[in-house]
Amino acid sequence: MSTSLRNNGAALLSLSAAALLVAGLSLAIFWAPEDADQGISQKIFYIHVPVALTAYAAFFWAAWKAFRLLWKGGDRYDLESYTAVHMGVIFGVLTLVTGSIWAKVSWGQWWVWSERQLTLFLILFLFYSAYFMLRYSTDPGPRRARASAVYALFGVVLIPVSFLAIRLAEGLIHPVVFKRDGPAMEGSMFLTFCVCFAGMLALGGALYLVELSGKRADASLRALRERLA
Amino acid sequence: MSTGEKYLWAAYLVLFGAVLLYVVLISLKVGRLERELTTLAELAREREGRGG
Repeated sequence: MSTSLRNNGAALLSLSAAALLVAGLSLAIFWAPEDADQGISQKIFYIHVPVALTAYAAFFWAAWKAFRLLWKGGDRYDLESYTAVHMGVIFGVLTLVTGSIWAKVSWGQWWVWSERQLTLFLILFLFYSAYFMLRYSTDPGPRRARASAVYALFGVVLIPVSFLAIRLAEGLIHPVVFKRDGPAMEGSMFLTFCVCFAGMLALGGALYLVELSGKRADASLRALRERLA
Repeated sequence: MSTGEKYLWAAYLVLFGAVLLYVVLISLKVGRLERELTTLAELAREREGRGG
């Protein structure tokens, strides 16, 4: 992707993210009905779930770029995979924080260790956080790129496990909203969720492209500094 | 404001705060890159002046 196309893409995605998130959160606050059980606090769902799904998407993107690196080689895939993991970890922190706030108001506790869904997401988050330790403990070069790519690919295996855990486990208090026969919510709630999810994906994409541009500029400057030294 | 509303706004503020923090960090990074670029441009001009 050329620099101008990437910058235009980031601008377009930023505008889309702003429009969709403003629309989505307005729908969530003023239009979507309150949940019969949880009341207004259920509206945390409209940011918590899209943030979590965006984190998963970023980790998938990182794995895809890692796969491309191992398959075809090339420095660009290493930087793209690294940036995607970076974004995934940021969205992972937001998932854990918004989830904890929701847990506190719904269950009366910030965290419940017996919930496999929560614990598996925490494991996934810690696994990808350790990616940075691996990356910065090795000298830059093809060896580090390959080791990081293998690590990013291994991590993606944890995503379906984390996603399916809630369906395989019994006696959970974490709600299951998306079932085989469709979403277990009203049409207006689902539409609001879809707008928020599209906005969050656009935000994730915009941040990814901005971060990638910054990292590429950093790398180019470092190379220039070495040539001029 | 009910307890549920307080927690709801707290969650929304966390998201807004995170985006704002990211913008601040990126603007600091852009500032640093600009300073480094200026230094390197001066270095390149000095080299050219000396005929190197």
